[in-house]
Amino acid sequence: MTAVAARPAPTTRRSRRRSLPEGVVGWGFASPALLLIALFGLVPVVWSLVLSFQDNDLSGSSEWVGGANYQRLVHDPLLRESLRHTVVYTVLFVPITIVASLLVAAALNRQVRFIGFYRTAVFVPVVTSTVATAFVFNWLLDPDYGLVNGALSAVGLPQQGFFRDPDQALGAILAMTVWGWIGFGVIIYLAALQSVPKDLLEAAQLDGCSPWRAFWRVQVPQLAPATTFLVVWLTINALQLFDEIYVTTKGGPVHATTVVVYYLYQQAFQFFHAGYAAAVAYVLFVAILLLTLVELRLSRRWTEDA
Amino acid sequence: MTTLTAATTSARTRTATPRRGRRPSPWHLVLAPIALVMLAPLLWMLVTSVSTLAESRHFPPRLPTSVHWQNYRDALTTAPFGHWFVNTAVVSVSCVVANLVLCTLAGYAFARVRFAGSGVAFVLMLATLMVPFQVIMIPTLLVMKHLHLVDTLASIALPNLATPFGVFLLRQFFRTLPRELEEAARIDGAGRLRTLVQVLLPLMGAPLATLAVLTLLNVWNDFLWPLIAIQTPSRMTLQLGLASFQGAHATNWPVVMAGSLMSQLPLLIAFLCAQRFFVRSIASTGGK
Repeated sequence: MTAVAARPAPTTRRSRRRSLPEGVVGWGFASPALLLIALFGLVPVVWSLVLSFQDNDLSGSSEWVGGANYQRLVHDPLLRESLRHTVVYTVLFVPITIVASLLVAAALNRQVRFIGFYRTAVFVPVVTSTVATAFVFNWLLDPDYGLVNGALSAVGLPQQGFFRDPDQALGAILAMTVWGWIGFGVIIYLAALQSVPKDLLEAAQLDGCSPWRAFWRVQVPQLAPATTFLVVWLTINALQLFDEIYVTTKGGPVHATTVVVYYLYQQAFQFFHAGYAAAVAYVLFVAILLLTLVELRLSRRWTEDA
Repeated sequence: MTTLTAATTSARTRTATPRRGRRPSPWHLVLAPIALVMLAPLLWMLVTSVSTLAESRHFPPRLPTSVHWQNYRDALTTAPFGHWFVNTAVVSVSCVVANLVLCTLAGYAFARVRFAGSGVAFVLMLATLMVPFQVIMIPTLLVMKHLHLVDTLASIALPNLATPFGVFLLRQFFRTLPRELEEAARIDGAGRLRTLVQVLLPLMGAPLATLAVLTLLNVWNDFLWPLIAIQTPSRMTLQLGLASFQGAHATNWPVVMAGSLMSQLPLLIAFLCAQRFFVRSIASTGGK
C-alpha cells in the first residue's frame, strides 16, 4: 500500500510535463480507428434516424414526412406477418440451438479415440458461409431429387415440399440455421466446460451422484455465464436472419418466410422506400436492445437464485 | 476390421484412458452419429459436385458411378470464380491488416494514454457495437454514394477496416499488461510508439490472432453488405458471386455444388490447418 502511494509523485510530475504530448499521442493513436468508426458506425445511426422521418428513394431526392413512416408501420399487415415469423423463428431457434449445443459439447468433452475428428466435424459448419449452407440445404431438401426426400421414401414416408411448402418452409430454415450455429454454441460450451473445476465433479461423484445428475446439478449451473452469452448472442442473430432466406426462399412461398430483415431489405432496395425501411430498422434496433436488457436481467436473477 | 481398430485403439489410447483398456468407448455410439449429421450436408455437396446432371436427377438419389470433374471446369468457365476469390482475398487481407494496426493503436491509447475526451470517445465507440448492421446499412450506402465508391471493392472494405470490437478487445488486453514493462522502456527514453512496437507487441500474439481470425471470418463470409454495395459481377466477393451463380444455374445442382465447394475451400483449408486458433478465437467472444 505504501509502495503504491509513494509512486504517483514522479508519474504525475512526468505526465504534467508531457500533458500536451499525451493528448496529441492519445488522439494521434486513436483517431484513425475512431474516424472510421464514426464515419461508418456513428454517422449512419443518426442519419438512419433522420431518414426514418423522410421519404427517400435512395437516388437523392428526399422529403420530410414527419412521423408518417412510423404511422404506416403500425398498420402494415405484411410487417406484422414478418414480425410474427421472426418471433416464431427466434423463440424456436434460440432454445433448440442452446440445448443441442450443450448436449453435443458434453458428449465431446471427453478423451476418447477420434475425438479430434468428432470435434472438427461439429466445428466445420461454423466456417461454412451462410450462402453455401443455404445452397446445400436447398439441394438436400429439394422436393424432387433431394437426399432427404430420398431417405423418407426409402422408409416408406411421404415426400415433403420443405422450402416450397408454406407450412414447412420456416421449419426448414430453422433446421438449416440450427445446423449452422451448433458448432458455435459447442465451442463456447466446450471452453466453459473445460474451466469447470474437476474436484467439483469428483466431490459430487464421491457423494454418490450419478454422472447424469452430476452433469445437470454440478456442471450446467457452472455454465450459466456461457448460457447467458449464447442466449443474448443467438437472439441478436436470430432477429437479424437474412442471408439464408435470401438464398433459399426469398421470403416465400406466399410470404411464409418473410422475416423482418428480409422485409426491410425489400422495402429499401427493391421498392426504394428507404425512409420506411429505416423506420422498420429502428423498431428492430429498439426491440433488440430491450430484449437484450430483459435477457440479461432474467439471467442475473436466475443465477442469483440458483 | 474390428481387430484392426481394436489394435490401433489400444496402442494410441493407452495413455489417455488407461482403465478402458482394449474396449472402445461406448461414447462412439453417440459421437459418430453426431459427426455424421454435421458432415452429411458437406459430404453430399462433394458427392453431387462429381455427379453428372443425369445422376443428380435420379430419384431416389444414389451415389455416382464415376467421378465427374467436368462440373468444376464448367463452374470455372461460366463464372469468374478466380476474380471473386482475388476480390475476397484482397478485401479480407486489407481488413485484417488494417484492424490489427488501427485497433492496436486505438486500444493502446484507450488503455494507457490519458487524453482529453477519451472517456466520451470510448463510450460512443462502444455504443456503435450494439447497433445492428441493418440499421446503418442504408445510410452507409448513401455515404458510399457521396464518396463515389458504390460498386467498388473499397466500399466493401472501408466499413470493416477498424471495428469497435477490435479496439475493445485489445484495450482489455493492454490493461492486463503490467505498467512497469513500458515504464522501464520509457525511462530509457523510448517514445510511445517504440515502446508499443518493441516492448508490448511481442506479448500480444494471442489477442492479435483472435482479432485476425474473427475479422477474416466476418469479412470473408459477409453477404448482406456486398449484396447492397456491389452490382458488377467482376467486382463481387465469393459469397455474393456464388449467390448470383445459382441464379444462372438454378437446376444444374452438380455445377452449383462444385462452385459452392470451391468457394468454401480456402477458408475450410485455413480452418483445418489452424483449427486451434480458430476455435480459441471464437471461444474468446463468449468469455471475459
